[in-house]
Amino acid sequence: MRQVRRAEAKVPTTAGRRAHNRKETVAGYGFLVPWLIGFLGLTVGPMIFSLYLAFTKYNLFTEPEWIGLDNFVRMFTEDPNYIQSVQITLVYVLVGTPIKLAAALGVAMLLNYRDRGSGFFRSSFYAPSLIGASVSVAIVWRAMFSTDGPVDDTLSFFGIDIGGWVGNVALVIPMMILLAVWQFGAPMVIFLAGLKQIPQELYEAAEVDGAGPWHKFRNVTIPMLSSVIFFNLLLELINAFQVFASAYIISNGSGGPAGMTNFYTLYLYKRGFADLQMGYASAMAWVLVIVVAIIAFILFKTQKSWVHYAGENR
Amino acid sequence: MTTFEAPRVEVVENALEPTAPARRRRVKRKTINTVIWFVVLLVLTAIVLYPLVWLFFATFKPSSEFGQNQGLIPNNPTFDNYTKVVEGIAGTPLYQFFANSFFIAIMAVIGTLISSALAAYAFARIRFRGVGILFAAMIGTLLLPFHVIIIPQYIMFQKLELVDTYWPLIIPKFLATEAFFVFLIVQFIRNIPRDMDEAARIDGAGHIRIFFSIIVPLIKPALITSAIFTFIWTWNDFLGPLLYINSPEKYPLPIALRLYNDATSTSDYGATVAVSFLALVPILIFFIVFQRFLVAGVATQGLKG
Repeated sequence: MRQVRRAEAKVPTTAGRRAHNRKETVAGYGFLVPWLIGFLGLTVGPMIFSLYLAFTKYNLFTEPEWIGLDNFVRMFTEDPNYIQSVQITLVYVLVGTPIKLAAALGVAMLLNYRDRGSGFFRSSFYAPSLIGASVSVAIVWRAMFSTDGPVDDTLSFFGIDIGGWVGNVALVIPMMILLAVWQFGAPMVIFLAGLKQIPQELYEAAEVDGAGPWHKFRNVTIPMLSSVIFFNLLLELINAFQVFASAYIISNGSGGPAGMTNFYTLYLYKRGFADLQMGYASAMAWVLVIVVAIIAFILFKTQKSWVHYAGENR
Repeated sequence: MTTFEAPRVEVVENALEPTAPARRRRVKRKTINTVIWFVVLLVLTAIVLYPLVWLFFATFKPSSEFGQNQGLIPNNPTFDNYTKVVEGIAGTPLYQFFANSFFIAIMAVIGTLISSALAAYAFARIRFRGVGILFAAMIGTLLLPFHVIIIPQYIMFQKLELVDTYWPLIIPKFLATEAFFVFLIVQFIRNIPRDMDEAARIDGAGHIRIFFSIIVPLIKPALITSAIFTFIWTWNDFLGPLLYINSPEKYPLPIALRLYNDATSTSDYGATVAVSFLALVPILIFFIVFQRFLVAGVATQGLKG
């Protein structure tokens, strides 16, 4: 066996290997043709064009007019609507994501506790994740949280009389956050798969050392799950920044009340496609790209200090 | 998990607490815990599913009832909403919106499967110059906010005079722009032992042969998962059709739904609710039939990330 391998290793001369590689390269790029066209034509090309547009004034019908950094300056100094959309989006992302992930982890741990019936529960909790972004759900949500809607009625029953959430400037963001949290099923499924991979021996060892439930959670579950937490955190943060359809439907495209559902991408859409300020909207899009890139960068940089990989998964 | 947990607990009990009453007490406590666990989960399920159940029952409420009764059960159940809704809106019958949605979704499924599987095979099985960088670029697009490319894409399709056709919604699917599926299939192929395709290579089979006769049959579960997700995501997609489709007779359901929702404030709320529910039915059926694949797809995707 060893001899055969050594013989094989001697055969390819540099010329032979290059020919072989060339054949493989042709095959590789051959299989990648559709993806490459899409990647270059629908992702990289548009990104470059949008970067150019970000420095122009462009209304789709006349030629783009180069205005340098004006779009960015206007955004941060002269556009209160932009500042507001940044603020509400940040609140939505920074409050909503941790709650959603906590709910996902909590329920995943509950489901991991016993196997009986957990398939049914798992599916029920996962269902909202599939349909959460649909127009139907946004319509239901608006009905649920309207004045005298089911949620309002339930709260009144307990003596909390706050009226509807939809038209309420203070409550419409919490309502949107609840819609996001309601879709905790997707990260939950990922957490559950991670929990199932934690060796039971670790818990037993911790128990022998006299660890209570909190210590086991803090010192076994969290470290063993950190790579999954990292993954969920990254994806959920990035998704949360891009909330669009529900905000659009709940406010009928207006971003109201008082701009409180004017989330970043909804405002971007309105600037670009309603006001035809394609340059300004492109500049907004690039700010979003940079913010997402920074978040991803920070998460990847800090992961060494808190993400624990137990050997290699693959 | 319970299966290998149970015998161990037994051993510990025998060693530490040999008395029968103690053991009985312990078993009792375990039963109580299980009951609490079950009740908590049932309550959570009820809360999570309530909006959907509410939607279902609301479709039987007459429009006039929505102002007064937001509870679950309609006071005067009626099929009026459905009969009214089937006629359609803006001169377009309801089935047309369904047909439009189905057409777009099925084309998207076909396109995604072909293009993603081809790309995934290249990334997972072919060693060629540049594969590492291209793979990293592909993963990078997973994190890229979609909104940075919609404006130039729109301008492009507008210049090509493809606005108000389905092409802008379908072409990207045939070009594997949804990196999630490429990645999903890559992970799946990597878990398939190389033995078979290496044997085939020694027998002189090329990559095309190996791909079609060995890999494709083996990655069926990943393809099914991708197909279902593509179908559901395309079916739910709002922004794409909102940008590109202008004629009501070409509207897919989510945009048509907005039509019901805009044109009618409170007077025809029943119709809006009925269409909302009908729009969810195909997804719910898909979900119930294929939930195993969906859950497995999400789980593996996350773990190998």
